[in-house]
Amino acid sequence: MNHRAIRAIYLFEMARTWRTLLQSIVSPVVSTSLYFVVFGAAIGSRISQVEGVSYGTFIVPGLIMLSVLTQSIANASFGIYFPKFTGTIYEILSAPISYFEIVLGYVGAAATKSIILGLIILATAGLFVPLHIHHPVWMLAFLVLTAVTFSLFGFIIGIWADGFEKLQMIPMLVVTPLTFLGGSFYSIGMLPPTWRTVALLNPVVYLISGFRWSFYEIADVSVSVSIGMTLAFLAVCLAVIWWIFRTGYRLKN
Amino acid sequence: MSSIISVANLSKTYGSGFKALKNINLDIKRGEIFALLGPNGAGKTTLISIVCGIANPSEGKVLVGGEDIQTSYRKARSLIGLVPQELHTDAFESVWATVSFSRGLFGKPKNPDHIEKVLKDLSLWDKKDNKIITLSGGMKRRVMIAKALSHEPQILFLDEPTAGVDVELRKGMWEVVRTLQQSGVTIILTTHYIEEAEEMADRIGVINKGEIVLVEDKATLMQKLGKKRLTLHLQAKVTSLPESLSQYALDLCDGGETLVYDYDTKGERTGITSLLSDLRTAGIRFNDLDTNQSSLEDIFVDLVRTS
Repeated sequence: MNHRAIRAIYLFEMARTWRTLLQSIVSPVVSTSLYFVVFGAAIGSRISQVEGVSYGTFIVPGLIMLSVLTQSIANASFGIYFPKFTGTIYEILSAPISYFEIVLGYVGAAATKSIILGLIILATAGLFVPLHIHHPVWMLAFLVLTAVTFSLFGFIIGIWADGFEKLQMIPMLVVTPLTFLGGSFYSIGMLPPTWRTVALLNPVVYLISGFRWSFYEIADVSVSVSIGMTLAFLAVCLAVIWWIFRTGYRLKN
Repeated sequence: MSSIISVANLSKTYGSGFKALKNINLDIKRGEIFALLGPNGAGKTTLISIVCGIANPSEGKVLVGGEDIQTSYRKARSLIGLVPQELHTDAFESVWATVSFSRGLFGKPKNPDHIEKVLKDLSLWDKKDNKIITLSGGMKRRVMIAKALSHEPQILFLDEPTAGVDVELRKGMWEVVRTLQQSGVTIILTTHYIEEAEEMADRIGVINKGEIVLVEDKATLMQKLGKKRLTLHLQAKVTSLPESLSQYALDLCDGGETLVYDYDTKGERTGITSLLSDLRTAGIRFNDLDTNQSSLEDIFVDLVRTS
C-alpha cells in the first residue's frame, strides 16, 4: 500500500478546499440558511406539524442530505475531472499507485469535505430550530455512508465527463430533482397513494428517510431497507469504478 | 552496459482502429542518453506513454529495470520520472507544494533537502513560493522537470523538452541533462531537433509511422556523416567504365550521364586528385561537378521517406 501517495492526493485535494473556502463551505451554508428562512420560517409557519415534529425541525435532515449529496458529487467529480482537463492526470497515472489508492485519495477527500459541510449545516440549523438527535451514532453512520457513496458516484461522473456541460448535467438533471422529490421537505406519507409508489423508486427517499429516523425516529420506510438500499448503491458504484480502472475507460485510451 | 528498459513486440491500436505502434522492439542501455527522433504523429509519445503507464499496450511486453510494467507496475514506475510534452501544471499551487506532492505520489518519504537541491539545480529556488500560474513557459517546463526528479528516478523521459524554448534556455536544459547523466540517470528524450540529438545523445533511434526504422550509436552515425559525395555530370553518356578506373568505387547513374564517387573527408587521402587525372587520361569529360555532405538530417529524411 502506497500510503504516502494516498496522503499526498488527500492533502492536495483538501488544500484545494481550504484555498476555495468561500465557495466550498460558505456558499452551501448560506444557501441552506436561505432554505430555512423560506421553507422553515415563511412557509413552515403555515404548516403545523409533520408526524409530531414542527415543520422547521422536520426539514433539517433533508436539507443536510440535499447539501451532502450535491456537494459529494460536485467535489469528487471536479476533483478527478480537473486533472483530466488540465492534463496533470499524467502524473497520477504514471505513479506507482493502485487504482484503489487513487480512489481512496480522491473520494476520501471529497467525502471528508461534504461530511464537514453536513456538520456545519447541522450546527447552522441549530441556530434556527430546536434540534434533538435520538441516534447520534446512526446519524453519523448515515452521513458518512452517504458522503462516501455519492463521492464515488461523483468520481464516476468526473471520469465519464469529457466537457464541463456533462460534468454539470447529471447533478442538475438527475440528482437535484431526485433529492427534491425524495422527501427533503415533506414526508412521502403526505403524497397521494400512486405518487407514493412512484416515490419509492427514488433511491434518495431511502437515504433521507434513514437519516431522518436517526434524528426523530420517524421514517417513511424501515431503517434496514434504508441501509440496504444505500449499501446496494455503494456496491454498484464500486463495481463501476472497478470496471473503469480495469478497462482504462476514458483514462488510458 | 545492461539494458534498463526492454521493449518487446509492442503494438498499440487505438479505439478508432489507428495503429500507433507496430511491433516495436527496443532496448535502452543503463546510463545512456537515448534520443528518439521522428516526425509528428510517428508514435514517440505513445511509446513513452505506454512505458510510463499512461496508456495500455495492445500487445507486447515492456520491462523497466527488469520489472514488467503491468504485473509489477509499482516497482517499474517508481524508477521512472516523466516530463511530458505539453505543459500540464497545476495553476494555483506553489512550486514547492507541487514538487513535494510529486515526491509523495511516488511513495517517497519527505526530503526537503532533496527538493531544495532539485529546485536549485533548475534555477527555481527563488520561485519556490510562487504560484505556478505566475511563471513563464520556460520556468513551467523546469517545474515539470523538477516534479519528475522529485522522487530520485533512475530513468528520465523527456518528451520534446526544448520545444518552444529559447536558445539560451535550451543550452541550459542540455547542461541539466548532462549533469543528470553523470549522476547515473538514464535519459530518453524525444525531439524534432536533429541538432539536439547530435549534441546530446549516445544513441539515436528513428521512429516513423509506428515503426522503429533505425537504432544506432551516434558515433557510427557520425562516421556516416563524415562521408562526402562527388557527383560528376558527364559531357557524353558512358556505358561502361574503363579498367583503369576500377580501383575507384564509382557508380554510373542516370543511364551513364552522371558518375558518383563517395569518399571519406576524414581519411588521409580522398583520392579525388588521382580520380580526376585518371578520368582525363581515360578521356571522360564532364560539364559540371558538385559535392555534398550527408547530414543526420539527410539520413533522417531519407529514412522517413522510404519507410
